[in-house]
Amino acid sequence: MAAHSAVLSMSKIINPFWGGRLGNTVKCCTLSSMQLITYEMLMLQPPPAKYGGRHTVTLIPGDGIGPELLNHVKEVFRFSCVPVDFEVVHVNSALESEDDINNAITAIRRNGVALKGNIETNHTMAPSVKSRNNLLRTSLDLYANVMHCQSLPGVQTRHKNIDIMIIRENTEGEYSSLEHESVSGVVECLKIITRNNSLRIADYAFRLAREKGRSRVTAVHKANIMKLGDGLFLQCCREVASGYPDITFDSMIVDNTTMQLVSKPQQFDVMVMPNLYGNVVSNVCAGLVGGPGLVPGANYGRDYAVFETATRNTGKSIAGRNIANPTAMLLAGCMMLDHLRLYDYASMIRNAILTTMNETRLHTADIGGQGTTSEVVQSIMRNIQSKGPLTTDL
Amino acid sequence: MAGKAWRSSVSRVVGALKKEAPQPRTFMRGIQTVTLIPGDGIGPEISTAVMEIFDAAKAPIQWEERNVTAIQGPGGKWMIPPDAKESMDRNKIGLKGPLKTPIAAGHPSMNLLLRKTFDLYANVRPCVSIEGYKTPYTDVDLVTIRENTEGEYSGIEHLIVDGVVQSIKLITEQASQRIAEYAFEYARNNQRASVTAVHKANIMRMSDGLFLRKCREAAEKHKDVKFTEMYLDTVCLNMVQDPTQFDVLVMPNLYGDILSDLCAGLIGGLGVTPSGNIGANGVAIFESVHGTAPDIAGKDMANPTALLLSAVMMLRHMGLHGHAKKIETACFDIIRDKKVLTKDLGGNSKCSEFTKAICQRVRDLD
Repeated sequence: MAAHSAVLSMSKIINPFWGGRLGNTVKCCTLSSMQLITYEMLMLQPPPAKYGGRHTVTLIPGDGIGPELLNHVKEVFRFSCVPVDFEVVHVNSALESEDDINNAITAIRRNGVALKGNIETNHTMAPSVKSRNNLLRTSLDLYANVMHCQSLPGVQTRHKNIDIMIIRENTEGEYSSLEHESVSGVVECLKIITRNNSLRIADYAFRLAREKGRSRVTAVHKANIMKLGDGLFLQCCREVASGYPDITFDSMIVDNTTMQLVSKPQQFDVMVMPNLYGNVVSNVCAGLVGGPGLVPGANYGRDYAVFETATRNTGKSIAGRNIANPTAMLLAGCMMLDHLRLYDYASMIRNAILTTMNETRLHTADIGGQGTTSEVVQSIMRNIQSKGPLTTDL
Repeated sequence: MAGKAWRSSVSRVVGALKKEAPQPRTFMRGIQTVTLIPGDGIGPEISTAVMEIFDAAKAPIQWEERNVTAIQGPGGKWMIPPDAKESMDRNKIGLKGPLKTPIAAGHPSMNLLLRKTFDLYANVRPCVSIEGYKTPYTDVDLVTIRENTEGEYSGIEHLIVDGVVQSIKLITEQASQRIAEYAFEYARNNQRASVTAVHKANIMRMSDGLFLRKCREAAEKHKDVKFTEMYLDTVCLNMVQDPTQFDVLVMPNLYGDILSDLCAGLIGGLGVTPSGNIGANGVAIFESVHGTAPDIAGKDMANPTALLLSAVMMLRHMGLHGHAKKIETACFDIIRDKKVLTKDLGGNSKCSEFTKAICQRVRDLD
């Protein structure tokens, strides 16, 4: 551990420009790959509940529907007497300075876990003002974005029986934010793929597949065109696959993948892919199971975990009108409780949500119903009260 | 005498005036010559099918068949055979079947070569639901216009240090402007109501930002067409939930590749999707985008629908709307009737039977 951090700091001194990137590759050269993988294999431990058995979680409201949905999450948690305290950190996306997001990052480093809404990126501002969400993900090195898409019986969709886990590399690829205009009118944007991160995400995918009892992992790529970049990613996936003989591994080109997803999505089990394709595929899958209001997402790093909705929408057009679907954010909250090992609370709330969704069929407008957000949340809380052991007054 | 001189001078003047509006050499007796590239695998069969159907429809098209196999020119540069190039440059319009890309043949893919030779900058794929070929999505009617020359497919990659690879995505002002202008022209010429630019400018600020700016500028010049912009992930999300909200989509190369295949999947796959490539200097090559299907080549099992619909697109491009409508209606009628269908469409007829049925229907529609 000490040697590793010494190597990293040395590399930062030698080459401050490359900093983190070269640090990763130097890590590759000095520690053997096997050592690296076992080092990474230490399961992400949740932070201990230091304050009288209560956890502190950073809450970033974000923009659009984020604040109202997170308020509902707080309401449900308080109602169910969940031993979690929220430390709210506001991030103002209209400001150019990065102080707000740095405060948020520090808060997450302190607490270890966060629940966030999406922070809007105003792309009419100067290109030097980077996406705040991206900054958060790269600073905390949240390398794996995990999304589980499941068909819900109470929701009408064109395709049935979908059960796909999508694992998306979250820090590099096309989202490296390295762009320059060398000649006027010609812009170059760099897509970076590293062996280290590809191995890491592939390993995460296979470990998760094994843990959840899944039988197949599909790597999504475009290596026929981007031979070096996606070729490296694919090669790393194959290397890791050889260490998991019980899990079938295959690969598919991204355009064929999207075509197959809209015609036969039941053929997919676990999918692993670089950043941009992950964006496309996760949005397609979210659309297939019923929309952005239903699917929660999690971002895992080595030391931190941040939970949010899977499709990361700000939902500006429906903000403040009490019509947003609270399911995704509430399920993200349940994922967070699972991560904190508060399994009972998590399953209690999750069952209440699924009962409301599938049995009572109280749906918001995005899935074809007429309920308001507050009605859905009230119904969930009533469900919790009828089944749960201990609640405050409704 | 004076009268004769007068008449000859008049005829000279009239002759000069006529030369002012030069007729293309191909426009003899109203028949246009089109370069036909049959391709490999099932290519020849489906090309023959299309020629038969055009014959039955009495379309004023004359076919000039050419083969494109990569040859090495002077200096070791790979290029297409000069007679094919000359034919295309003369005719300006081409129809192409599927071409195989042999792995490790030393030369780049044929499609890439054609794209570079004729500067085919726009790939247009209209996706319309086919009545009679059931998919979970009905009422799809959109067009994807994809920038075809640069973007993520520039092919510029470097190995920086061992284990770190960098791919360069190139966006230029000129190419973005060209594709944006084309998208709006297309919308105007085909009576489409709106154009949506698909981008990821929240992450790729400068590159997609430049693309978006050019689209906005083109929108200013074409106020009769509505312009919206949408993030790639939002488009994907909404596309699988409700594809009817989209009309014309314009986007850079990679997003276009993914989205156009997504839309093809919505209507039933690559076997029924037409496609056209528009190049500089008025060149346009229409093609079927499916593979060469070597396993069914020569067995009369192929489905010519994709190539046929691409040929219909070609007729529309040339302004022969009447013939285009006739052939398209015949094709859709046969598919809707479900009596004679090839294997991939759910029937068990041969390609020749399918073709004959369409030819018969075309003659009946006259």
